[in-house]
Amino acid sequence: MFDSLTNRLNAAFERLTRRGALSEADVTEGLREVRVALLEADVALSVVKDFVAQVKEKAIGAEVLRSVTPGQQIIKLVHDHLVEMLGEDESEFELAVEPPAVILMAGLQGSGKTTTSAKLALRLLRQRKSRCLLASLDTRRPAAMEQLAVLGKQAGIDVLPIVAGQNAIAIAKRAHETARLEGYDVVILDTAGRLHVDEELMDEVAAVHAATRPAETLLVADALTGQDAVNVARQFKARLPVTGIVLTRIDGDGRGGAALSMRAVTGCPIKLIGVGEKLDALEAFHPAGIASRILGMGDIVSLVEKAQATVDHKEAERLAAKVQKGAFDLDDLAKQIQQMKKMGGMDGLMGLLPGVGKVKKQLAAAKVDDSMLARQLAIIQSMTKAERRNPKVLNGSRRRRIASGSGTTIQEVNRLLKQFQQMSDMVKKVGKMGMKGMLRGLPAGALPPGFPRGGLS
Amino acid sequence: MSQSAEKAGRKSGFFARLKAGLAKTAQGLSDSIGAIITGRTLDRAMLDQLEEALISADLGLATAEELVEALAKQKLGREVSDEEVRGALAGEIARILLPVARPLALDPANKPHVILVAGVNGTGKTTTIGKLAHQMRAEGRSVMLVAGDTFRAAAVEQLKIWGQRADCAVIARAETGADAAGLAFDAFAEAKAKGTEVLIIDTAGRLQNKAHLMDELKKIDRVLKKLDPSAPHTRLLVLDATTGQNAHNQVEVFKEAVKIDGLVMTKLDGTAKGGVVVALAKRFGLPIVAIGVGEAIDDLRPFEAEAFSRALLGLS
Repeated sequence: MFDSLTNRLNAAFERLTRRGALSEADVTEGLREVRVALLEADVALSVVKDFVAQVKEKAIGAEVLRSVTPGQQIIKLVHDHLVEMLGEDESEFELAVEPPAVILMAGLQGSGKTTTSAKLALRLLRQRKSRCLLASLDTRRPAAMEQLAVLGKQAGIDVLPIVAGQNAIAIAKRAHETARLEGYDVVILDTAGRLHVDEELMDEVAAVHAATRPAETLLVADALTGQDAVNVARQFKARLPVTGIVLTRIDGDGRGGAALSMRAVTGCPIKLIGVGEKLDALEAFHPAGIASRILGMGDIVSLVEKAQATVDHKEAERLAAKVQKGAFDLDDLAKQIQQMKKMGGMDGLMGLLPGVGKVKKQLAAAKVDDSMLARQLAIIQSMTKAERRNPKVLNGSRRRRIASGSGTTIQEVNRLLKQFQQMSDMVKKVGKMGMKGMLRGLPAGALPPGFPRGGLS
Repeated sequence: MSQSAEKAGRKSGFFARLKAGLAKTAQGLSDSIGAIITGRTLDRAMLDQLEEALISADLGLATAEELVEALAKQKLGREVSDEEVRGALAGEIARILLPVARPLALDPANKPHVILVAGVNGTGKTTTIGKLAHQMRAEGRSVMLVAGDTFRAAAVEQLKIWGQRADCAVIARAETGADAAGLAFDAFAEAKAKGTEVLIIDTAGRLQNKAHLMDELKKIDRVLKKLDPSAPHTRLLVLDATTGQNAHNQVEVFKEAVKIDGLVMTKLDGTAKGGVVVALAKRFGLPIVAIGVGEAIDDLRPFEAEAFSRALLGLS
């Protein structure tokens, strides 16, 4: 649905061939596209206006560098300013108070407070060895307290026992007292979801805050939120001294404009992002990643992180050693394919890549998807050990056997072998020339394994 | 929701409740439009401002532009009043929404009529099911609920409580991570045997870009057909009114997976304007069968195009 902003800006600047400083007319033209991109990404209108005005000021008169197009130049200005506005890279928690440090979680219904509370406790335990006590103050949503109790059990975190009939403030006080007496470092208070315009409930959460004096007060918000993000953020901030924002459902395919809206109107740092349903799916916030995403440019930083997290380092070293010797075989290719599947398959990877729209369509047209990875793996697994080590022995009848054994066709087997041949040629080059050779041969190496080269050109 | 609030809610009529639910929404939008139009010649600058007001209501850039262009054709350069501009815009929006304002239709030939409820996490599926069940029970139908969210902690307990409130049976399995499709199948068979009139299946929240979770939803849809090729008879997608333009992707992908028959828009009692439904109506034409305007059991309302559009623009 969305074309990358870079493409659109380049189109807007196509007629513009002259170089030198960016004129006001150039900038105005380019920023119209930026405005569209930001609005499509759900950045609130008032924030978009401020943003565009600020970028305009920076851009007019800026020198266009020789090596880039004016479109790219504006993208860089926009991206840098966006990163700057989204704030510092990693904002640490301020928990250095007399224990127990209280963390208060607040937000609208369905924003993900309860899940985030459990994830946060687990993160604090793993990263800081903090002993956390979880407590649910949600006396309203049916089974909300049970939900936190179950999550606590799954995460191995203690949860304050449920006492029926207690109100939120009484539970908060009991949690604080229990944590103090039993020597917990941190107590996380999960509150009921509430509308920012619900006076009665906003009073209640303010009273909880006053009674427990939290070290951190986190506003939990859905990354898919639209224009209303500013109202929510502004009104929570007006009633509660919010110290940070947690954005959930970043693993969806929303563009995340709410991040900029909320940061801009509250001035509060985005401290964490929720990236999945598992209890360890809570990560530090990186402005550069979200900035690229808001602009529709994909999230390279996250891709790299994901690769780092899932790639087995020992395995990578072993592979590198084999590559040095020029001895890359089909077993290695199989491992590469498995690695890709582990990183979330094609869909998962594509979602993080820039310029996705176009490539995705091409891939779909070329029928490159996860089932293709699975079929390629099946082909390799249908070979004997000897064949995998030395594919040269694969004559016509062996290929026929492999095709029927893996439920594929001879054409598919041939395609895989050709692809393997190209890869191993490149690997040999790298073995001979080291990294420099690798870079020279990049068009082939730039593609991850599993991509048919014809399908992308 | 406290007892007294629930009672107070029940006393007021439909129109008052819808208006109350949309009051804050309307306030914001009508304030901004009121500020823009002050009884003078409608010019480009004013049109731009009108467009911005619509964008702020989550109508989306393209829809906002189209609506404003339509207005420009009629009234550019003319002397206009505040009331007139709002009326014209509301009329345009109502024209778009009218074809999709269709309540949930139950076919009594289906025994039971199977309703599959899907959506992204946290949009309000379980709450909506509780309210739907209550409505149908009030109409004298027998209803059975299926706790198909076997993933989220305590989701089963949550639905059971709604089952108690609405006075209907809830079919569930004890262990988390149980096969939702198998459960739905068994419940369908049980409802058939008992002659239950309506079977409502809750499902786990899922982000539409997670292929394996969408496959799981397809599987639920598929196994129900083994007992009745026409089931599920109604597949509802629950959308959160605070969601912005991502609602487009949600509808598109869920629709592709299980052929959505209708939308429910929840959380319209906040300041979120839910304007994205206008764009969705144009693009997909899916019926909006109900809207959620609060946490109480009777806070589910039919979607009425005229009332929604007029309330959205602060007109009565």
